[in-house]
Amino acid sequence: MTDHAAPTDKASIIRDGVRAAWPICLGYVPIGLAFGVLAQKAGLSPLAIGLMSAFVFAGSAQFIAVAMLGTGAGIAAIVATAFTVNLRHLLMSSALSVYLRGVHKRWLSLFAYGITDESFALNLVQFREGNWDFKRALTVNHVTNAFWVASTVIGGLGGAFIPAHAFGIDYALMGMFLCLLVYQLRGRLYVLTGLIAGAAAVILSIAIPGNSYIVAASVIAATAGLYIRRRWPSFAASSAPARKNKR
Amino acid sequence: MITTDYMILCLGMGLVTYIPRWAPLFALSQRTLPRWLEEWLDLIPAAILSALILPALVTVGEPRQLSLWNNDLLVAVPVFLFALRTRSLGGTVVLGMALYWLAGKFLG
Repeated sequence: MTDHAAPTDKASIIRDGVRAAWPICLGYVPIGLAFGVLAQKAGLSPLAIGLMSAFVFAGSAQFIAVAMLGTGAGIAAIVATAFTVNLRHLLMSSALSVYLRGVHKRWLSLFAYGITDESFALNLVQFREGNWDFKRALTVNHVTNAFWVASTVIGGLGGAFIPAHAFGIDYALMGMFLCLLVYQLRGRLYVLTGLIAGAAAVILSIAIPGNSYIVAASVIAATAGLYIRRRWPSFAASSAPARKNKR
Repeated sequence: MITTDYMILCLGMGLVTYIPRWAPLFALSQRTLPRWLEEWLDLIPAAILSALILPALVTVGEPRQLSLWNNDLLVAVPVFLFALRTRSLGGTVVLGMALYWLAGKFLG
């Protein structure tokens, strides 16, 4: 954690944002290509694919939408499904709001567009480490968005000819998430909360189809963690020694 | 060719994915939160990341079934330990990709 503010000139803001965003961009390539290929097989033109990616910017919802289009589902059903699939963003947006006090409402509305699982996790860690601000976070959102749109369109243009599974690139996002989780384990209470969330998520994901298990498990675990913090303050007070994270 | 129906679909999906991203940010960032809510939100990232990661590692198929022996999980163990030890995001991503690629080659 450093006290001095990060440089505010445009070049360093964009450079920092892009530098932080690279694991997400890398991870979006295989998923975006795969989506493009699938959407093209479902009869969508590259333009149609790009439109959906730009409007929706949510991988899981888009995959489901294309699958539903293939089965002849109606617009209302697809839209309703997209809504439930992305309810988890409620939690992410709430957690990010703590760091975006005083940012103008118009900028917040633009920022909201770019909140994904990936940008959320990355920006949150960066905010806590310091040397991070709204504009850098916004850069991460937009750079990753551009990568998403581009890779889905390229997939639709002829992604079948691109070796999508080369060099373990399919694991890029998982690797990033694992490291970002490590950053979040800042003491016993966080480890315990993570364990509760993981166990609840595994059980719920097997018991219930769809992805509502993400929201349910997170709410259960954070609530349990809050209870533990109140009930046994000495347990919660222990925290891991502060260690510097590297990029 | 973009049909009107497809345009409505994209707009509709865009709207319903945008609202959950926007509403809490818009409502919560303008006020001071009660202490319990701040403490609760402080635990959300660890909870969400864990809830995203673990089912992806230990379940397969649709409907999902428990699977405690698969490449995703096997690779995750050394990658997680590496992240704990080095706290290097870039290193963790690259190691994860390398091990996953090797696992695919040698374990199938």
